Amino acid sequence: MSQDDLRKTPLYDAHVAAGARMVPFAGYSMPVQYRDGVLKEHLWTRESAGLFDVSHMGQARLRGVSPLSAFEEITPGDFIGLAPGKQRYSVLLNKKGGIIDDLMASRPDGDGLFVIVNGACKEGDFRVIDDELAPQVSIERLEDRALLALQGPKAVDVLAAHIPECAGKVFMDSWATTGFGVDVLISRSGYTGEDGYEISVPGHAAERIWNTLLADERVRPIGLGARDSLRLEAGLPLYGHDVDETVSPVEAALTFAVSKKRRDARDFPGASRIAKELAEGPSRVRVGLKILEGPPAREGAEIADASGAVVGVVTSGGFAPSLGHPIAMGFVPPALSAIGTTLNVIVRGKSGAAQVVAMPFVPNRYVRKV
Amino acid sequence: MRFTRDHEWVALDGDVATVGITAYAAEQLGDVVFVEVPDIGKTVAQGDGLAVVESVKAASDVYAPISGEVVEANGELGDAPETVNAAPEAAGWFAKIKVSDPSQVEALMDRAAYEDYLGTL
Repeated sequence: MSQDDLRKTPLYDAHVAAGARMVPFAGYSMPVQYRDGVLKEHLWTRESAGLFDVSHMGQARLRGVSPLSAFEEITPGDFIGLAPGKQRYSVLLNKKGGIIDDLMASRPDGDGLFVIVNGACKEGDFRVIDDELAPQVSIERLEDRALLALQGPKAVDVLAAHIPECAGKVFMDSWATTGFGVDVLISRSGYTGEDGYEISVPGHAAERIWNTLLADERVRPIGLGARDSLRLEAGLPLYGHDVDETVSPVEAALTFAVSKKRRDARDFPGASRIAKELAEGPSRVRVGLKILEGPPAREGAEIADASGAVVGVVTSGGFAPSLGHPIAMGFVPPALSAIGTTLNVIVRGKSGAAQVVAMPFVPNRYVRKV
Repeated sequence: MRFTRDHEWVALDGDVATVGITAYAAEQLGDVVFVEVPDIGKTVAQGDGLAVVESVKAASDVYAPISGEVVEANGELGDAPETVNAAPEAAGWFAKIKVSDPSQVEALMDRAAYEDYLGTL
């Protein structure tokens, strides 16, 4: 795809003006970093507040007589039990129990289900939702909306100056309100492990809101490079890298996304495989690795056991700015997945020691009560 | 100092060439978090992989700008990879190579030619 074919978010001009290095991502021209660079942007988000443009992600409303129960036909989550004002993480499943995409679905208001899916997957996701659920559910893509993420320990104070009620919300709350003079859909969640908010705004107001938030000296713009290192430290999988259509929620260590009620009912795509994996264990499982020596192990690096036999592969990895050493995620057999297990990662033909550690690598700081 | 199109620099002193990456390359890479320097005694041909430099985001190869034998490697970069950003064309050098064909150095770009080349990127 040439540069000319890339789509632009409503914030493209603001990124260029801020000195962003723009790269192709999910069919869009997106900022991978600004003038500060990945390392400083990462650390700033952990200590203050970072502002991200994630408008490439797919936003849609699902409406119908009972969109919540219909959504359970393609996900393993308890959506009938999703209370108004709440958001839930879930996965779209194929017939084999593999993950088509991961997503957030919420009830910010009385208008059906509001879903946010990955930018690179959105065309396919919305086609699957339409194929599986029409005509009982209608899908409206919100192409005219932008999505901002404000993340970090100071995000709450920054946003409360504009939308006071945000301070009274907790992790995974979702609500619709008027903010910055326009209609906004907000959730207290994100993809960094920090407290923070994701804010859906009308595209025409995005640049004004972006600049308003950046006028606060506690806020700096953060590119996709730091978004990746932040989510890696937070132990959060990245679709298309750590998770794909062959990987089940059990293998991906996302078993929490398979609700108790649904496990018992076995009424979702691929339920037989997932029930079997829950009962007997999967053949592989996603683990976190601390790299004890040598270079970062990145996507594609082989994982070997103590005898040197290859037992798995790294699906994402890199240097962890908050920890000062490399970390990785990858798949290994369950027998080698216990915390403390010593393994090796093979980078450029050389073996380096690694250890299975608990995720998140950096403790998350979600606000669960106020 | 002479320069390659891959943004390495070479400074020749007698028959030993010090090799590093240019300020432009360091800026493009961003914060360097790991450097893999070559073993002493390694023989490299022009264009071979000489070192690997890693930023938060990615790993990049550094190629040998000239042929020869590695006689020294910058061990300081193991503990202080950020030196590559701080002083790319000085303390952030990667290796010293005993040059087998000095004419290879002469054939590389001088500073003015390299600056012209950067202007085309």
